[in-house]
Amino acid sequence: MSRPENGLVCPPASTAGEVKMTVRGLTVSYGKTPALKSLNVDLRTHEILSIIGPSNSGKTSFLRSLNRMNDLDPHARTAGEVRLDGVDIVRDLSAEELRKRVGMIFAMPVPLPLSIRDNITYGPRMAGVRDAATLDAVVEECLRAAYVWDEVKDRLKTSAQKLSGGQQQRLCIARTLALKPDVILYDEPCSGLDPISTAKVEESMVELRKKHTLVLVTNNTKQAARVGTRTAFFLMGEMVEIGPTDRMFTAPQDQRTEDYIVGRFG
Amino acid sequence: MKLSPRRIREFLIEKLIFLSGLASIVFVALIFIFLLREGVSVLKTTSLGSFLGGKFWYPISNPAKLGILPLILGSLLVTAGAILIAVPLGIAAAFYIAEVAPKRWRTILKTCVEVLSAIPSVVLGFLGITVLVPFLKNILHLPTGLTAFSGSLMLAFMALPTIITISEDAINAVPREYKDGALALGATHWQTLYRVVIHGALPGIIAAAMLGIGRVFGETMAVMMVTGNAAVIPHTLFEPVRTLTATIAAEMGEAAKGTPHYFALFAVGIVLFIISFVINLTADILLHRGRKR
Amino acid sequence: MTNEGRRQKVGFGVLLLATFIVVIPVTAIVLLIVAKGWGALSWSFLFTMPREGMRAGGILPAIVGTVYLVFASIAFALPIGVMAAIYLSEYAKDNALTRTINLAIINLAGVSSVVFGLFGLSLFVIFLKFGVSIISGSLTLGIMTLPVIITTTREALRAVPRSYREVSFSLGASRWQTVRHAVLPHALSGILTGAILSIGRVAGETAPILFTVAAFYLPNLPTGLSDQAMALPYHLYIITTQIPGIPENYRYGTAFVLIGFVLIMNITATVIRSKARRKR
Repeated sequence: MSRPENGLVCPPASTAGEVKMTVRGLTVSYGKTPALKSLNVDLRTHEILSIIGPSNSGKTSFLRSLNRMNDLDPHARTAGEVRLDGVDIVRDLSAEELRKRVGMIFAMPVPLPLSIRDNITYGPRMAGVRDAATLDAVVEECLRAAYVWDEVKDRLKTSAQKLSGGQQQRLCIARTLALKPDVILYDEPCSGLDPISTAKVEESMVELRKKHTLVLVTNNTKQAARVGTRTAFFLMGEMVEIGPTDRMFTAPQDQRTEDYIVGRFG
Repeated sequence: MKLSPRRIREFLIEKLIFLSGLASIVFVALIFIFLLREGVSVLKTTSLGSFLGGKFWYPISNPAKLGILPLILGSLLVTAGAILIAVPLGIAAAFYIAEVAPKRWRTILKTCVEVLSAIPSVVLGFLGITVLVPFLKNILHLPTGLTAFSGSLMLAFMALPTIITISEDAINAVPREYKDGALALGATHWQTLYRVVIHGALPGIIAAAMLGIGRVFGETMAVMMVTGNAAVIPHTLFEPVRTLTATIAAEMGEAAKGTPHYFALFAVGIVLFIISFVINLTADILLHRGRKR
Repeated sequence: MTNEGRRQKVGFGVLLLATFIVVIPVTAIVLLIVAKGWGALSWSFLFTMPREGMRAGGILPAIVGTVYLVFASIAFALPIGVMAAIYLSEYAKDNALTRTINLAIINLAGVSSVVFGLFGLSLFVIFLKFGVSIISGSLTLGIMTLPVIITTTREALRAVPRSYREVSFSLGASRWQTVRHAVLPHALSGILTGAILSIGRVAGETAPILFTVAAFYLPNLPTGLSDQAMALPYHLYIITTQIPGIPENYRYGTAFVLIGFVLIMNITATVIRSKARRKR
């Protein structure tokens, strides 16, 4: 199977730490058909979990269950248990609290029609942070972590919607980082981006792994191989296989996994 | 959940928002209740049958005769005349604006329609009685220009913007594929319009006509100023009539509180309220059925 | 030309004719009022009190009364209408209550103006004992214009992209915070448009104020909410139908002021709306 091409080396999965989130029997349905059937998985600190699979396999439904974004859909029904640091995210945690600790990057960059600075500080401001000096520090720290500080540091007060697509997506990453979440969820974040911006996003992910847990849903198996420490393969609402990335791509245990990776279907 | 001052403030604001949401229901209920409160007393002196069907409206005679049939017929006559004029005109104009007019003209035409809808009814009534009524009197050699016909003309005019804009929406909502399909089969634009688009837009167009009817039926000032205010059963379109709305507006000032006349005027209000309720309900059902397609 | 082609020409011609029949009288009306009313406009017409049984002097009290009524009714209707629209757009679920609210709004919009007048008389003037006053009239007008504000505000809220709300929620904001910081700021121009359209509508209404506030003639200008007031549309009605011997250009002048005010409001609202659309 292919080795990572751009020089990034995915560290072996053994450097992943303790369990951060546990998922037991997670089932999500919109109407009658379940999009996700009774899923069990653990997320660990310091890991990047890549999730691959064809469309409608439940990858996004899974992601959105982790920060309860499915609550916003009146047609979504969720069953099962998800715990963050041992705490049940539905029964013992409010959605707002949860989302401050589990952040999300969407497929299309959505800069709010505010200045760059106000975009980044949106989360902290809603959480009650008022001090301007604190906010300014957060802005610089997060823009640096998203590998976009140098490009925008002179125009923090200008509208974020004037940035290029790649810059906007990195802005969205910085915006999510401002809340210092423990877990960051990426929902096909590079689908609209050029290769250079994609590379920058992947670089920042590898850096962020040192302090956070990352979950990446991607349609691009090569990206999953480059970035993920563990990879999971989803098919039609089930997690078919999960394991260290290099093993998944060189010696998958399920025939379906190999078929997908090789390209027999997609 | 922590009970911070922010959360308390949010809770109160969200409760206020919910109450405001209920406001419309509350106001509709209040209108009905307060009309009923006074109007139901008319039944003390007049039975329901003789109120609704009585042929004579002599509120100031003693004893008062409070039959609203002439008023109902007056409203119906004026409305029917207005709708006969406004619906074909309005639908035709809507088709022109939505489908045929060149793009530059479309904005100008839509602006004209918007201006028409903005003209206050009393201004139209003023022009009606100053210009239209003498004109009709001369042209048609009538004893007076204050007739149901004048009323119908004015009201047709006032209903046009409603009919045009809602029909236009319905026409624009017809999926492009219907039109493209017909044109690809060799139909001309005109054929496409009257075979395909009309069918797709029909529920919306009917709703537009109904809302136009509702608007006309409830119109007060313009009608009052040009229809002559004779509360008798009309026999032709070219006589003075009195509508339900004009009756209330013209006589409320003179009806002493607590008299049968006073109660009767409120009862007329109830009749108007119920009729507009039914018309608007039907129109809304039609609009939603049209949209679901 | 083929048969079909000829039929199309005729058909389109008929449609064009219909449109002319609609459009030409509108322009004629506006031009007529401008032409005949312009002459009456003068400093004294606009800013002095009427004299000689309204046959001379000015229409100042009618203008002032209308201004009071408009302000007071919008002050009442705007907050309630905007909040009701926020409820329907951001909070309401798809259930029977929501359907009932929507039905109520449609009905409120369809009630005849004179029925509103009766309602205002019965509830505000008599039952709540406000008497014939600006407060009675404005509350009546406010309730009447509520559907307009709710509908335009809802459209403005709907035009804000759903993704803004998603992003705000994903950053841990509560629903009210999302509405307040991510949605409302970008709906403001739409809300403003609705308010201005309402002002134009309220200024021109006669029937609701007939029994609730309008006075035939007042020697002094109104000073407070409990005063009666004269108003432009009612004034036009009176001098057209109840008082003989008023010079014609005086009547046209009053009509001109009224329709001028309404059209200025409509034009302002349209300009704001198209500017906001262009920004998107």
